[in-house]
Formats: sequence, structure tokens, C-alpha cells
Amino acid sequence: MRDSSVAAVAGPQRAGLGLRLGDVSPGVWLAGGLVLAFLLLFLVLPVGRVFITAFLDVDNSFTLAHFSAFFSQTLMREAFLNSLYVAVMSALFAALIAVPLAYFTVRFDFRGAILIQTLGVLPLIMPPFVGAVALQLIFGRSGSLNLLLQEWFGFTLPIMEGLNGVIFVEAIHYFPFILMNLTVALRNIDGAMEEAAMNLGCKGWRLFWRVIFPLGLPGFVAGASLVFVKVFDDLGTPLVMGQTNMLAPQAYLRITQVGLEDPMGYVISVIMIGFSILAMAISAQALRGRDFSTLQKGGASIQKRRLTPLGGFMAYAWIVLILLITLSPHIGVLLLSFAKVWSFSPLPDAYTLEHYATVFQDSSGMIRNTLIYCGLAAGLDVVLGVTIAYLILRTRLPARQWLDWISTASLAVPGIVLAIGFMRLFKGVTLPGTEVLITGTWVAIMLAYAVRRLPYALRSCMAALQQVHISLEEAAESLGATKMRTIRRVVVPLMAGGILAGFVTSFITAAVELSATILLVSAESQAPMSYGIYLYMQSVAGRGPGAALGVLAIAVVALGTYLSHRFVERTSALRAPSKEHS
Amino acid sequence: MKKVRVQCQNIELSYGSTPVLKDVSLDIEPGEFFALLGPSGSGKSTLLRLIAGFNRHQRGQLLLDGVDISRQEPWQRNIGMVFQSYALWPHMTVWDNVAFGLVERKLDKATIKAKVGAALELVGLSAFGERRPNQLSGGQQQRVALARTIVIEPQVLLLDEPLSNLDKTLRVQMRQELLSLQRRLGITTIFVTHDQEEAMTTADRMAVLEQGVVQQVGAPATLYDYPVNAFVANFVGTMNTLQGTVRARHADSLVVDVAGVGDLQIPVSAEVLRRTAEQQTVRLSFRPHTLRVDVADARQDARYLWMPGTVEASEFLGEFTRYRVRVGEQRLSVDQPHFAGLSSFVPGGAVSLGLEPTQMRFFTA
Repeated sequence: MRDSSVAAVAGPQRAGLGLRLGDVSPGVWLAGGLVLAFLLLFLVLPVGRVFITAFLDVDNSFTLAHFSAFFSQTLMREAFLNSLYVAVMSALFAALIAVPLAYFTVRFDFRGAILIQTLGVLPLIMPPFVGAVALQLIFGRSGSLNLLLQEWFGFTLPIMEGLNGVIFVEAIHYFPFILMNLTVALRNIDGAMEEAAMNLGCKGWRLFWRVIFPLGLPGFVAGASLVFVKVFDDLGTPLVMGQTNMLAPQAYLRITQVGLEDPMGYVISVIMIGFSILAMAISAQALRGRDFSTLQKGGASIQKRRLTPLGGFMAYAWIVLILLITLSPHIGVLLLSFAKVWSFSPLPDAYTLEHYATVFQDSSGMIRNTLIYCGLAAGLDVVLGVTIAYLILRTRLPARQWLDWISTASLAVPGIVLAIGFMRLFKGVTLPGTEVLITGTWVAIMLAYAVRRLPYALRSCMAALQQVHISLEEAAESLGATKMRTIRRVVVPLMAGGILAGFVTSFITAAVELSATILLVSAESQAPMSYGIYLYMQSVAGRGPGAALGVLAIAVVALGTYLSHRFVERTSALRAPSKEHS
Repeated sequence: MKKVRVQCQNIELSYGSTPVLKDVSLDIEPGEFFALLGPSGSGKSTLLRLIAGFNRHQRGQLLLDGVDISRQEPWQRNIGMVFQSYALWPHMTVWDNVAFGLVERKLDKATIKAKVGAALELVGLSAFGERRPNQLSGGQQQRVALARTIVIEPQVLLLDEPLSNLDKTLRVQMRQELLSLQRRLGITTIFVTHDQEEAMTTADRMAVLEQGVVQQVGAPATLYDYPVNAFVANFVGTMNTLQGTVRARHADSLVVDVAGVGDLQIPVSAEVLRRTAEQQTVRLSFRPHTLRVDVADARQDARYLWMPGTVEASEFLGEFTRYRVRVGEQRLSVDQPHFAGLSSFVPGGAVSLGLEPTQMRFFTA
């Protein structure tokens, strides 16, 4: 009785506010305009410029000649096929690692589940190119594993040979995308879905293949397509591993060695964007109308089972093996950073701290650069993210959805393509009032980071704002607060957790970004850590300091992740009762 | 179809150290429509899931036609269950959902086709086979869930809160459909509900559970008219309770002192006399509609025990008006049938309430 009367009173009020939101104020126009200008200038135009260049003849007419030239070169065709092969195989192997782990955590009631969930995310905080060298030392031809295998059994495994190596490195770095997405999808399955199947006579493998996996499939597809895109666009790993006959390294080599005028770099860029969009479109198509998270309010997820002692042993053995492999880059980098000599032996022969001393002496500037660039980029991202989220969810600005679409589209733009676009678009443009080229300053690096990481911050901010019930704002306005004051005193504080999560995600992913960095760094003094690691890893003597720098980068990233996680948990715990109320 | 008897014998189940079902014994007749009624947390769903095989009891037996099936896995039991959330698989069409159990039974394609067609026909959804579950309304989803379950010709049909996700009009309609379907198939059916109206209108017999204990089993009218304890009395329908102390016991009556009313001499049965003692606290329970309400100074009918009260509030419900009347320190609900022209009592007015002794139940403790 009481409830319905309250709702009846609230209804018309909300409708009234909706009407008022219809009038778009000048402030909203201004905010929308600024955001749009940023997106146009630093995303749409640079990428558009890349496209135009790829399709433009010397006399400025439309042509497909560059593409036919691309496909007529054996080297390019090979690079294209290699990239495709590596991306597909990496997604496949990542799935082999992730699917059993996800299923274990959801199905069985055992402590290993927490181990999987925490350690399984670790690979993401270290970019694959950092671990690649360490993995050479562990799994390479004369690495720890093969030395031991040779000694004991007289054979070796060509894990790190050629493209195999790239696939291996990428798979063990990116499987968490599948693990996380699939785990969430499986967790959201209503337990009754499974019980209904059991009730109708289904069990075991058939139960998994007919009911559980199909229901988790959207999560799997989302994760797998992400892995595909990430691997297809990755520049650092193939470069570090010396596999240059792939698309991204070819684009890099063309631009740096032949020059900014060489059309091949642009053709490759267009192909990379095309495949990124294709993969995302396939995944979106697969997901359309398939929100299978059937768990209802008050419902229970899939019932957890207890493992038999033997089953428990087997599960732990499997998990430990998988985790050892996936953590081997981290272990390897750590060992390498302390190793005096590590060559042709399973473990380093002697240990030292001198690499860290070297790093602090030579590269403290790089650490500082990373903190500055990524801090500014992430800050810019959350400002843009909050603004876009507010414009979309709380105003009637015409075509506001486009701001979201454009920002999100940058997910499909590989770092190297954006960098090429920047270099092409801002060629010869100087900073206002000076003689300094924009593309020659760290500002370009920072802006590239901001554009590339904007989707992460935006998603966090959107989610955070969606959870702030509009009545909380209406209450503030009815008590006399203006729109701006309401945003400052009510909306932003309530979004704090989401904003911070967005900031940290942007920050840590930018901190390990290499593919845009590598093109945009024009002097060593402005290089961030990721570039430093790459430089060090080029030479055998530099591996130690490179690994030390890598360990520091991981430490920064891990600390940031942990702190933000704690903060978000605390604020959401604080908010829990009021959420229930709305 | 062969009708099956379901028996629970001394079933005990606990999660860790928390007992959920305590010594539950039920004997469900072949072909019966049987309701498990109880508040949330009473163990009714646990019992249903136990029969389906999703929960395991630690003690006792679960018999199907005299055979203990306690150790059978859910997929071996051939007991159909319709879930509260329907649990229709969103990645399959309606047709595939219904065919699922038949595919598991490895029937040939032609048989599956015939049976699925017949099942969809039975629930009136023949035209919807190619749809996805999320393209159906709540009532249609319910029917698909039902078709999916009965198509495998289960020995027993279990329904877990089958109507709770439907709106009120649809609920009444589905209730009747369920019942007529059950009658046609003659399948032993057990359904769980927390809604006493739902249980009373459909069930042949029902069991009321509270804290894992079966309080009473019987036909709806039996439970309504002759509840064995205060819990059943209050859970099945609305019940008034007056607390009093036994002052004296006579050959065929009790004298009970009700606070604020005084001594009431109540004619009682020998059975009630036997279980009451002097100075004992007793609870007199009676339904709101068994009370007579009259103006305070009206001529009083000697068939009733009369007591004075004050109207505190009234709710007009159409068929009747429900008054809240304060009697001494206690409050009673009184239903007065409504007819056009009948004047009502206003809050604050004094009234006389007439209690009919035969409609009264005594609960001790």
C-alpha cells in the first residue's frame, strides 16, 4: 500500500525533470564541443589521415594500387598470413589455458579457486615483450627447460622457435582476458539451468557441452576476440623476439627505415584496423541478443561441488603446472634482474644487485617520465570520461551517443597506427609560440596514451554514473544546488570509486604501452620506462638492467592495482545499503 | 500412465550443523496433487529438491512405489521438475528446450518430433517452437517449462513455486490450467508454495512445514478448520487469538479469564478438557468471519459468548468489512459480510463481539 503511493508521487516528478533535461544548456553544448574537438583532433583526424594516405595516389586521386602492391610482395603476404596465424593460434592456446581454469573456479569448492583468480590476472600487468627475453632463457633452445630435458631425456622442445615463440608468449600473457570474461559469464548462470538439464537426464561432459559452455559462450567469445585483437596489433613482442615478418613490425620498419612517405606503412595500418574492427564486429554479432546472464535476484549460481581427494590432487597439479607456466615470465624477469650471468644454464650462476643500481643511476628519468605521462593521460581520460558519461546519461545533447562510439572506436586503433597518424597529421606543426615540433615532444606521447586508454576510463565512469540514482541529484537540486554544484558535491563524490578505477586502469595500461611509444619517442631524455625496457632488451648486456626496470614497472602497476582495488572495495561497501534502497 | 506413490520416511537433512529437515515423513498418494506449504526458510524447497535428487538427506528413506531411490543421481530418477525461474536455456529454441530430455534419452528423431509436437500442442504453444525463450511472455515461458518436463513422461512432477513469477490474473488462470493438466495426465504432483491461497485452491492434500518440521498434513479444509497448532492456524488463513488463563474446569466447559474481558464460560469437548489444567495459559483461536459484531446494547443471542470491544479501524474489502476491534489489551480482526444498505461501525464506537464456541480452537503453550 505505502510503496505504491510513494511510487505514484515520484512518477510525475521524474517525468517533470526529464522534460527539463530536454533543454540543452550552453554549458552542455560547450562541454560536448570540447570533447568532440579533442576526439576529432587526436583520434578521428590522425586515423582518417592514415586511411586517406593509404588510398591516395601521388597525384592525390583515389587508388587501390598500394593495396595491390602490398599483396604482390611475398614478404608482405607472408607478414599478413603470419600475423593472422599467430593471432588465431594465440587465441586458441589462451583458450586451452583459460577454459579449464574458469570451469574449475566456478564448479568446485576448493581453495585453488582464489589462487587462480588472483594469480591468473598477474600476466596482464606485465606486457608480453618484457617477459619475452626471460622466456627465451627458460623455454628457449638453450633455456632452462630444454637444458634439463636434454640432460635427462635427450630431447628438446622447440617452444620458442620462430612464430611458436610469439604464440607461446602472447597466449600466456593474454589468456586472462578469456579467463575473466568466461568466469563472470559462468558465474552468472542460474544454477537452475544446470539442474533442469540434470533433471532431464543430462550429466557430465554432455552437461558441459550442451548447457554450461553454450551459456558461457558470450563471455568466451568476448575474451577470445580481445585476445585476437591484442595479438594481431602487438608490436613489442615480435620486435623483441626478432620476428619481423609480421604486420606490426613491418609497419614500424617501413616508417622508421623507409620514411613517413612510404605507403606500405599506411596499407598495413588500414589492414590492422580492418581486422580489429572485424574481430570486434564478429564478437558483437555473436553476443547480440544473447545476454545469457540468467541469474535472477535471489537465485543461486551453479552449485559448487566438493572435489574427491584424488580429484583435488589432480586439479591442484594441473593448476600449479599452468600457473607455473603463466608466471614463468615474471619469475624469469625477476631472476634475470638479479642474475650476474645467465647463459646456457637452468638458473643464473651468480646473483647481484648491480642492475638495479644501474637502472636507478641511468634511468630514473624514465621512471619519472612514465609517472608524468601516464598520470596526465589518465587524468585527462577521467575528465573526458566523466564528461562524456554525464552528457550521455544525464543530458539530451543531440547525437551525444556519438561521443561514446568515437571514444570506444579507439579500441580498434593499434598504438602504432595512432602514432603514424600523429606523425603524419602534425608533420611540421609546432607548439604555439615556439619552434618545437609537436611530434618531437612528450606531449604527443601523452596524448596518444590518453586517446588509446580513454575507452577504459569511459566504461568505468559510465558504470559509476549509472549506479548513481537520479533522485540523489534531484534531491540536491531541490535543496537549491545548481547543476555544476550538484555535479561537484554529489555526482563526482558518488562516482569516486569508478573514477579511480578508470584512472588506474588507464594509468597501468599506459605505463606498459610500447607500440605508440616506440614511434613517438624522439629523444632518450623523454623516453618512458616501457621504451627503456625495450632499448635495454636489445643487447645482451642490457638484459639485466632491462629486467630490473621491468620489475620496477610491474611493482608500480601492481601497487596501483592493489590500492585502487582496496579503495573501490571500501567505497562500494560504504555505498551498499543505499544501493539496496534504490 | 502408471501412478506412483511417493513416501518420505524419517528424512533428516542438515547443512553442516544447521538442521534443515527434521524427521520428515510424508505419504503422497498415487496421482495426488500435493502441496508443500510454508514460510521461506521452512525447508519446503529443500524437500522438493531432495526428491529431485539435488539435495542429499543424511538419514531416512525416499521411496518411489516402495523402492528407495535415495542413492540415485538426479539424471537417473525420471522425476520431472519445473523450476521457479523456469530455467529455460536461452541458447536454445523453444522446440530444442522441449526436445532436450528426449535427446538425452537417445530416442529416434521421428519419435522426438512427434512427442515434442504433442507436448507443445498440450500447452497451446505449437506455433512457438522456433522462438527463443526470451521472446515469450512469462505465462508462455511457464508453459514451455511445463512442456519440457512432462514430455519425458516423468514418474513424478515437481513444481517449485510455479506461479510466483506471474502477475495476479495470470496466476489464477495458470493455476486452473495446471490443475486440469495434472488431472488429465494423472501424474503424482508435488508443488511448493508459500501462498496458502494457491495451496488451498489446487491441492488435494497439503503439508505445512515450519523450521524443517512437518506441522500438519491433510486436506485444505481440514487444515483450515482443525489446525493442530497455533502455527498452522495462523499460516493457513487469518486467525484471531485471545490469551487467557484457565480458572476452573467443569464437566463440559472451561472457565477462562481473558484479560480485559473477564471470565468466559466456554463449552468444550472432552478432548480439550483432557489437555488443559487449571491456571494454565491457553490461547483461544477463531477466524475473523466466525465472529458476530453488533451494536454494544443489542439484544444478545445466547448461542454466542459476548464480549465488549472498541472499533479501532475498518477496511472495506467489498465482500466484507474487516474491523479491528480492541478487546481489553488484545486486538481482534472481525469480518462482517457486506450488503448494500448495511450500516458500518465507525472507529471509536463501542461494539459487542459474539464468539461461537464450536468455531473456537484451543491451543496450549
